[in-house]
Amino acid sequence: MVMINLILILLVGGLLAMLSERLDENMPRKVAMAAVLFDLIYLISSMLSLPEIAQLQAPITNDPSTWLMHFKANWIPAFGISIEFAMDGISLLMVLLTLILGAVAISASWTDIVKRKGFFEANLLWSLAGVLGVFLALDLLLFFLFWEVMLIPMYFMIAIWGHENRGYAAMKFFIFTQASGLLMLVSILVLSAINQETTGVWTFSYFDLLNTNISEQASYWIMLGFFIAFVVKLPGFPFHTWLPDAHTQAPTAGSVILAGVLLKTGAYGLIRFAVPLFPQAALDFSYPAMLLGAAGVVYGAVLAFGQADFKRLIAYSSVSHMGFVLLGIYAWNELALQGAVMQMVAHGFSTAALFMIAGSIQERLHTRDMSQMSGLWHQMPRMGAVAMFFVVASLGLPGLGNFVAEFLILLGLFQVNVWITVIAATGLITGAAYSLLLMQKSFQGEINKKWAESKLSDFGQREMMTMAVMIIALIFLGIYPQPVLNIAEPVLHSLLDLTALALPSIAEAKL
Amino acid sequence: MNASVFYAMTPILVLSGTAMALMIQASIKRDHKVASIIVAIGLILSLLGSYYASNFTQPVTVLLQVDNWSLFFTGLIIAASLIILSLSLKTFLPEGERKEEYYLLLILSVLGAVVLIQSSHMVSLLLGMELMGVALYVMIAFPERGDLPLEGAIKYLVLSACASAMLLYGFALIYAATGSLSYIGIGAEVARAYEQNPVLVLAGSAMVLAGIGFKLSVAPFHMWTPDVYEGAPTAVTGFLATVSKGAVFVALTRFYIDGNLYQYAGLTAALAVLAIASMLIGNWLALRQENIKRLLAYSSIAHFGYLLIALIACAHIDIQLVSQSITFYLTAYIVTTLAAFAVVSSVAEEDVRGQEIQALEGLFWYRPLEASALTVAMLSLAGIPLTAGFMAKFFVITVGVQSHLWVLLAALIVGSAVAIYYYLRVIFAMSKPCKVKGKASTGFDRTLAIILMACVLLLGSWPQPFIAYMGTL
Repeated sequence: MVMINLILILLVGGLLAMLSERLDENMPRKVAMAAVLFDLIYLISSMLSLPEIAQLQAPITNDPSTWLMHFKANWIPAFGISIEFAMDGISLLMVLLTLILGAVAISASWTDIVKRKGFFEANLLWSLAGVLGVFLALDLLLFFLFWEVMLIPMYFMIAIWGHENRGYAAMKFFIFTQASGLLMLVSILVLSAINQETTGVWTFSYFDLLNTNISEQASYWIMLGFFIAFVVKLPGFPFHTWLPDAHTQAPTAGSVILAGVLLKTGAYGLIRFAVPLFPQAALDFSYPAMLLGAAGVVYGAVLAFGQADFKRLIAYSSVSHMGFVLLGIYAWNELALQGAVMQMVAHGFSTAALFMIAGSIQERLHTRDMSQMSGLWHQMPRMGAVAMFFVVASLGLPGLGNFVAEFLILLGLFQVNVWITVIAATGLITGAAYSLLLMQKSFQGEINKKWAESKLSDFGQREMMTMAVMIIALIFLGIYPQPVLNIAEPVLHSLLDLTALALPSIAEAKL
Repeated sequence: MNASVFYAMTPILVLSGTAMALMIQASIKRDHKVASIIVAIGLILSLLGSYYASNFTQPVTVLLQVDNWSLFFTGLIIAASLIILSLSLKTFLPEGERKEEYYLLLILSVLGAVVLIQSSHMVSLLLGMELMGVALYVMIAFPERGDLPLEGAIKYLVLSACASAMLLYGFALIYAATGSLSYIGIGAEVARAYEQNPVLVLAGSAMVLAGIGFKLSVAPFHMWTPDVYEGAPTAVTGFLATVSKGAVFVALTRFYIDGNLYQYAGLTAALAVLAIASMLIGNWLALRQENIKRLLAYSSIAHFGYLLIALIACAHIDIQLVSQSITFYLTAYIVTTLAAFAVVSSVAEEDVRGQEIQALEGLFWYRPLEASALTVAMLSLAGIPLTAGFMAKFFVITVGVQSHLWVLLAALIVGSAVAIYYYLRVIFAMSKPCKVKGKASTGFDRTLAIILMACVLLLGSWPQPFIAYMGTL
């Protein structure tokens, strides 16, 4: 029930936030913040109250009773569709990330949103609820439902509160993810139908479908359906073109959620579904997948370097960073997977923060064009310092979370394929180039005369507090990543065991 | 023939009685209000009648088959007609002219649809289709002013006449081959007839399919659809989209399955071509439509393409699942389309400008309830989870997967992906800031929007009771 409550709190919170606008114009953001914080506290307290055995026990992937939490109830028994939620270490990390970034996003919307505040906060909370559902649902059809439904509030956020070209961006975002989602729906149904043919029972439960007997050819096609859906969301090269538009046009809070959380659902789907359900097909496909990952790393970095738009640059850098995640997942060994999980968390914080800075600049200068900035540090020293921190975090400075993540991925990848590792490693260099370019163009250099007269307000208390949360998180991840690694480790172990069991030939090589 | 046969015919008898009552009333005192009340009472009674008749399911002569399945659809389209009636009141009442013939036409058309749904014989099929169609021509042209309704009606009349001619010729060929006009009789004889003379059987059924294809407006027989949808008064368009098309599809399903026609690869291939063409052409042409009714016309072409996949699948798998899929899809489609037309008719003016997508701008902010209902309807048509349209698509994809119809499924994916664009355009228009405030809503508009929206959401989020109920049909 805890997991359902987590989602319900956000859904109801959204509704309350919308209604509270009638009382007072500024109520919605407070209600929304309260709902997210309450959700976070509720999650932590229910984790603490779990029996210690559950915390120590390593989950066995295909046995839900060994997971941290498991809930199952009938939904559409005619097709064996159930409301099945389960939580293990990875979902726990993702849920924590979602809720923390949710609070960040609400803080980012505090003054940014000026019209229809109630409806905005409601959409924000509902999309968070959808994302939680994605991270927790273990019935494939329920997963698909959350996967699709979380897009609708996001669509509204971009379409109603976005910037100048919002209609185009929102439409593109929705069509890309929906069309690839349809492929996944067909794949899910084919998988379930094959299972039904052999066992005679309809089921969409992850734990049942893990044991499906599929012919090699069929599993390859089904896997591709899942892969495309997840890689579009990730986004991996060459399916990334929706991302720069959506991120650039979305309001700040929307960008924070998009970059921080929504992209991670793609990576999560790959780790949870695409590989474990079809280990052989995923292995056969790992080389092309890694090439796509490496291409994404390089291509994203090169394009980021050429951007003049502050937000677009960050958006392309996301393509580059998520390329690392794709590499880590398809290297499929413990080091690389640890790195991928770490990258998901660290990138969530660093990019969310950069988007929030971009939003603050746009709020003050009404432009995202970096050629019109320069020298902002003089007028907004606090914002400059914070931006410096996140820029160096994003380029992978040792001691911060992103470094740990990328280093682990490269280390794991090196055992699998040296040349791809070499290509991917160039991403670190180009990453430094575009990140520092961002810093130099906007915050350093001469003061632009246009802004010299006007008084630009620096980060205030609320903004600094929000930033502090993410700064602390990144330093913590960089200096002492062990707790996060410990949470993810048993899950990754059992995933590796599971796929190794299916692939005796490579079991020795991989473990 | 005993009394229970008449009980089984309750819905048809009540509808016929209502038609007669209307004519008598017209001869005594012509009055708009009285006429509409009589129709409403007649429809409600026949709705109850279709529930009552379920105690007496049986074949009624060779012409009609009264079983739970046809009674379910009878009830569904009568309920849909009630909603259409309530929408028509707004269209026709305020003008203050003598328009009460409209109600007679409506009830006759519903009667035709019910006959069509229950038909088990080519004669009743034709009878039902013509009764429904002839009344519809007049309904389409009913607004006296303007060229568009007239144009639509003439187009529909001419093309329907062609379609009926093809249908009749197809019947003749099939009769020549099998010596039977009832579906069951055809089903029993068709295998022998096919061995003796395959061309006759195939050509005959192909012509019947083409004739029915006109009525369903599947591509390439879809040309009339957008013009008729645009020209007709919105309520009548809603009637055409839900009651008329739904009834024709039910008749097609029964003819195709009871006539054992699904066993012939040639026909299946022909249907597959129609389905693929409808999915691609319908969705493609909908992209650039500026008029919401034309957009819905093309969308309905695509939807009948999706629905044909289920019909094609019965060549490969259990008929039970196929008929459940068709039942669910049609129900979801009718409810969703009604929701869309209910909102459009309450929001859009009855002129060309008023029906442009642009006219919906800002609807979210001045009429949030109706905007939400239209959003839900659009999402349901697009097949987004939690709406009826998603479960319907789920059914169709499931039977498609089980029958390994990969090409059709690929067309479905491409079509649906394209379709998202134009459904979203409607939603996007509604979410724009409003420039001109349109009409204010009445309590009735809001109630209807809430009810239909709730039905769409309920069918999509908690379909189990309905699926269980379909199992008993």
